[in-house]
Amino acid sequence: MAAGKVEKYKSDGSLGGNALEWVDARFPATSLWKEHLSEYYAPKNFNFWYFFGSLALLVLVIQIVTGIFLVMHYKPDAALNANGVPVAFASVEYIMRDVPGGWLIRYMHSTGASAFFIVVYLHMFRGLLYGSYRKPRELTWLFGVGIFLVLMGEAFFGYLLPWGQMSFWGAQVIVNLFSALPLIGPDLSLIIRGDYVVGDATLNRFFSFHVIAFPLVLLGLVAAHILALHETGSNNPDGIEIKANKDANGIPRDGIPFHPYYTVKDIVGVVVFLMVFSAVLFFAPEGGGYFLEYNNFYPADPLKTPPHIAPVWYFTPYYSILRAMVWNFFGLDAKFWGVVAMGASVVIFAFLPWLDRSPVKSIRYRGPIFKTLLTLFVICFFILGYLGTQPPSPMGELVSQICTLFYFGFFLGMPWWSRMDKFKPVPERVTMK
Amino acid sequence: MKKFLMALLFAPLAALASGGAHLDRWPGGVGDEAALQNGAKLFVNYCLNCHGASHLRYNKLTEIGLTEQQVKDYLMFTSDKIGDQMTVAARSDEQKQWFGAAPPDLTVISRARASEMGSGADWLYTYLRSFYRDEKRPTGWNNVVFENVGMPHVLWQLQGIQVMNPETHKLGLAVPGELSPAEYDKAVSDLVAFMVWMAEPNQLYRQRLGWFVLAFLAVLFVLAYALKKNYWKDIH
Repeated sequence: MAAGKVEKYKSDGSLGGNALEWVDARFPATSLWKEHLSEYYAPKNFNFWYFFGSLALLVLVIQIVTGIFLVMHYKPDAALNANGVPVAFASVEYIMRDVPGGWLIRYMHSTGASAFFIVVYLHMFRGLLYGSYRKPRELTWLFGVGIFLVLMGEAFFGYLLPWGQMSFWGAQVIVNLFSALPLIGPDLSLIIRGDYVVGDATLNRFFSFHVIAFPLVLLGLVAAHILALHETGSNNPDGIEIKANKDANGIPRDGIPFHPYYTVKDIVGVVVFLMVFSAVLFFAPEGGGYFLEYNNFYPADPLKTPPHIAPVWYFTPYYSILRAMVWNFFGLDAKFWGVVAMGASVVIFAFLPWLDRSPVKSIRYRGPIFKTLLTLFVICFFILGYLGTQPPSPMGELVSQICTLFYFGFFLGMPWWSRMDKFKPVPERVTMK
Repeated sequence: MKKFLMALLFAPLAALASGGAHLDRWPGGVGDEAALQNGAKLFVNYCLNCHGASHLRYNKLTEIGLTEQQVKDYLMFTSDKIGDQMTVAARSDEQKQWFGAAPPDLTVISRARASEMGSGADWLYTYLRSFYRDEKRPTGWNNVVFENVGMPHVLWQLQGIQVMNPETHKLGLAVPGELSPAEYDKAVSDLVAFMVWMAEPNQLYRQRLGWFVLAFLAVLFVLAYALKKNYWKDIH
């Protein structure tokens, strides 16, 4: 045996020895710490937009921890209790009133759901601003799109659990959408529901998906997302590869160790985020009817259809796109095309790395075409989101069709317009703005 | 493009214009213990006969300044255990036969009734003051805010009898009740206060706690920011 090897692992694990060395001989604790934190070199010029990755991780932890405690008292049971209230609905109110601190845990979870989407949308927008999805980070982006899809499923399943009117009818509407698929549609929606109507079977399987299946997949995808990112290294607001310029020790000249520099910086971001989060949680937990819809304080009633069924705010842009499709094509119902358009509007993000043909990554060195179209895209996204909360109207339909057209035009035209812009020269080294 | 801009401009206005009757602002607040206690008395006497408040327990009423003995003596008619939920003796299927629909549980109704028209409290405050005589209805009562409501005007002895002017569609008091209009408004306001409190009994505590949390985070922010500044002083 080589002498060096013996030297390296000299500890035998006895009390006098070095415990960390003992662990390192058996598990890559120190090397993992170095690879992902203390010797992971991140560009030194991260700005405001780079807080949202760590914040998404924070919200994920909040959701998992509060979720664990909610499951201790929540009952996925659609039967009516002695007072004529569904057991599931009553168990949420039980958590809100009779479980010590339950109201706080529940509001953290309900506010956390909306916070998750806000943070993830901002995180995705950062990717658009600085071309973070471009080569060589395509897989990081694809894992991210996967996270987004799973998150949408997770939110959808979770929203049924309070068993209020919006829970019930929202699930009814969305599951019915699957029946629009040709051939397999009706059977597929039956399998999802577990019944011919949304009922106890649906509630129980959604509960199972929400607390076991989807969180597991989500955690796996988050790990893959971070591993892929740490393989290529982070992009930055200048869209420059810092690994192209290394010093004699092989360390990027514009890189700084993630720990301690970005850990201490992200703590500031975490505190600011928690202030906003707490302001909502303690002073406006209903979020003006957007985070907790008013109608959801009525227990689910299969016999009483609400006059207006709106999904929660984070789904409304896609819901508007669904409603914008009102034409039958190729003998297939408009509803089918609506579902296709809605699905495509989410999945299309996955193609960004190959749609964007701009010679530079960052908005800082891109021209007026990109800036104008991106601004219009964001405006369209907000308009679609707003219209999705509103009852259908002829004017709303027209506007949502225009916005849908622009939404897809933005992506599908990108291979052409992204090349035509007036670009500025990209500097050699990152800039500290 | 023009149409598009017009739609942008008018979409929010159209949203505001839609919807039913105008709602009066509820003048009360949930911090007023005397109002909450009066509201609790009205609720137990007039509402709890048909509507449950099944998510609320009687002992929670000690948080609005009542002692357990007072709750037992003045507010508990159907139960003798202070930890019991405020339920109704009548069965919901029987009630369904009487009223056409089972009276809903009212514990969180003030949260459910909120809309872009106003808060749930505004809705309740207006609704309970908007009953009028209508012989076409089986109960003899109708309501401006909730058309063809199944519920009769249980507070009519307090308010008196309102009728609708067939021309102006405005309500007027035809027969005065035990209370003057101002007193009745106050009584309804107290009742609504209790219902708002009941929908989330922790709400005042939640807000108080919120200030402590924000103050703590403000201090933490100063420390975190100083720590970051210190670490980053050599990064240019």
